[in-house]
Amino acid sequence: MREAIRLALVVAAKDVKAELRSKTALLSATVFGALVLVIFNFARDPTALSSTDLAPSALWVTFAFAAMIAMNRAFTVEREHGAFDGLLLAPVPRGALFAGKLLANLAFVGVVEAVALPLFVLFFNLDLSRALGGIVGTAILATIGFVAVGTVFGAMVVRTRFAELLLPVLLLPFMVPPLVGAVQVTSRLLADRPLSEMLGWLRILAAYDVVFVTVAALVFSSVVDE
Amino acid sequence: MPSSDGPILDAVGLQRSFGTLRVLRGLDVRVRAGEALVIVGPNGAGKTTLLRLLAGLARPSAGEIRVLGRRVEPSAPDARRPIGFVAHQSMLYDDLTVRENVALAARLYGAPDPGDAARRALEAVGLAGHGEERPTRLSRGLLQRASIARALVHEPHLLLLDEPFTGLDAPAAERLRALLGARLSAGLALVLVTHHLDEAWELASRVAVLAAGRWALDEPRAGDLTQFLPRYHALANA
Amino acid sequence: MTAAALPTPSLERAHAVMRRGRVISAVALLGIAGVYVMALGFTPIEARQGLAQKIFYLHVPAAWSALLAFSLVGIVSALYLWLHDPRLDLFAASSAEVGLVFAAVMLTTGPIWAKPIWGTWWTWDARLTLTLFLFFLFVGYLSLRTAVHDRHERARFSAVVGIMGMILVPFVHLSVYLFRTLHPQPIVLKPSAPSLPSEMLRTLLVSTLMFTLLYIGLVTLRYGIGLAADAREERDAA
Repeated sequence: MREAIRLALVVAAKDVKAELRSKTALLSATVFGALVLVIFNFARDPTALSSTDLAPSALWVTFAFAAMIAMNRAFTVEREHGAFDGLLLAPVPRGALFAGKLLANLAFVGVVEAVALPLFVLFFNLDLSRALGGIVGTAILATIGFVAVGTVFGAMVVRTRFAELLLPVLLLPFMVPPLVGAVQVTSRLLADRPLSEMLGWLRILAAYDVVFVTVAALVFSSVVDE
Repeated sequence: MPSSDGPILDAVGLQRSFGTLRVLRGLDVRVRAGEALVIVGPNGAGKTTLLRLLAGLARPSAGEIRVLGRRVEPSAPDARRPIGFVAHQSMLYDDLTVRENVALAARLYGAPDPGDAARRALEAVGLAGHGEERPTRLSRGLLQRASIARALVHEPHLLLLDEPFTGLDAPAAERLRALLGARLSAGLALVLVTHHLDEAWELASRVAVLAAGRWALDEPRAGDLTQFLPRYHALANA
Repeated sequence: MTAAALPTPSLERAHAVMRRGRVISAVALLGIAGVYVMALGFTPIEARQGLAQKIFYLHVPAAWSALLAFSLVGIVSALYLWLHDPRLDLFAASSAEVGLVFAAVMLTTGPIWAKPIWGTWWTWDARLTLTLFLFFLFVGYLSLRTAVHDRHERARFSAVVGIMGMILVPFVHLSVYLFRTLHPQPIVLKPSAPSLPSEMLRTLLVSTLMFTLLYIGLVTLRYGIGLAADAREERDAA
């Protein structure tokens, strides 16, 4: 077990180091996130809809789309020069390999979300002094599950000709339950509602994480092993 | 544990089909320590597929592969530990330096001191001065050596090479032969797939011809290449 | 575990399967025509909804067939990852294609009914939304299949999507259900006394039976077409 954790960290650290060198995907995903937030502001009729009403959905649509861009990169770097074969060849259990790629993906999506959140507060003129902790917690809870699914799908679509198109088509339906839950919780947090009103949704988010991280880890070897 | 004179690689009855296409039709491959098996064959004979099976990157449709007595398959990570593989692609990340790439491999194989293992592997292939460069900057010959350093960093018992001479000029090819020759005398078992039989001839202990997924020939190297080539062409075109 | 080699399908057998599929489908279509004779001539007109309710005998059975198709894709996908039998993959692909058609029927008949009755073409009702997701999942599943060339890889990838889609469905259902729903509640399978008049119930059950038969017929036909394609590929390879 300790060896598996070490290997997962080796794989994740490799991804983080390589991405910090090139920064291409991370930069484009964060800029993309900022642009979506800006567009949301102009796609709203300010006389009809207050920015706080739109805020939760704007935040989560931004997170979802930016995450998609960040996740597309995870396996394109592996595709070049057959580098992924190098990982598959090594004595790395597939569960550890999956965990490593999942951790790296979570790190990227986390960075993108961490950049988008302050911009969101700024653009939507929100006072998050009370809700900030809750929103960060919700973001973590909602993100883990769909990034796990995205890690599996990313490993698949990179072996096809239409990776950038196929990932959204496959992944967006899987983003809906976390997205619906996160929007509901976020709007209640912004309205300063009691925890009991969010508990149902938080349970769904947690269940989604547990179920899909487990399933994704189990099927990952069927994806990568010929 | 295998007995000391047992083969390093022992594969029996290997078959592999893609859909209805049968690429490999029942191959036995046995290679001992210090022995170099050179496999030649026409395009599409299944050479690369065979190497990917031996490396544990793909599952055979039938048959089994043992390396040091342990069965190689995706669910048995430790069975792959004694194998090194130099594929046609470099398997190196563009965003990491050569040294980082080799050290990454050392970490994946659990080397106690990955930095030191990488340094020694790079020295062994004569790349000590290029460690801080990115793979994209290297010439074809240097890149080939970098991917050999990557494959040797965990000191495998079995080295698989796919077309290692492609794109190398004569001095680079000579250097590669010398490097592999030294490893062979140190007890490495080698399986080398090539189009360029002339460049691998001296290295070979055995020469095998793969045609349409079967062994057309598998025998110890004897005589010189000019005698062998007419036989090879006859077999390959049959 | 080894990836099973494909059995070699014969063209005659494939044509026999296709013939069987055509016969079953034809019987089912005749049956569905019969259901509409029953529905229009011998089943009472619903008091408040009028003739619009008649579409119910198409809409509900189509939804049932789509869900059946989807569940079978999921279950058979799981079996494929366990047994690696290519016939399971062919079945899953056939079921997904046919399921897509049923989901499309369900999605088009729904709004046609909803406009006169609910006064709106589309609502984000829980079950309608769920079917929309089934439709999208089928589309994703089938797009992935067309994008992967190696058939073992295609089979593994689509099995993974099939399984994950099946697991997703309850989550989607739960999430959209927590939005208020205005869909007519299921009244047929209430164990107490069904509140549907017995003539309507009879018509609905016959129609469901015919749609199930149509599903079987179309999947058989599609499966036969797949077998024929394999047989032809085999013949051309030989």
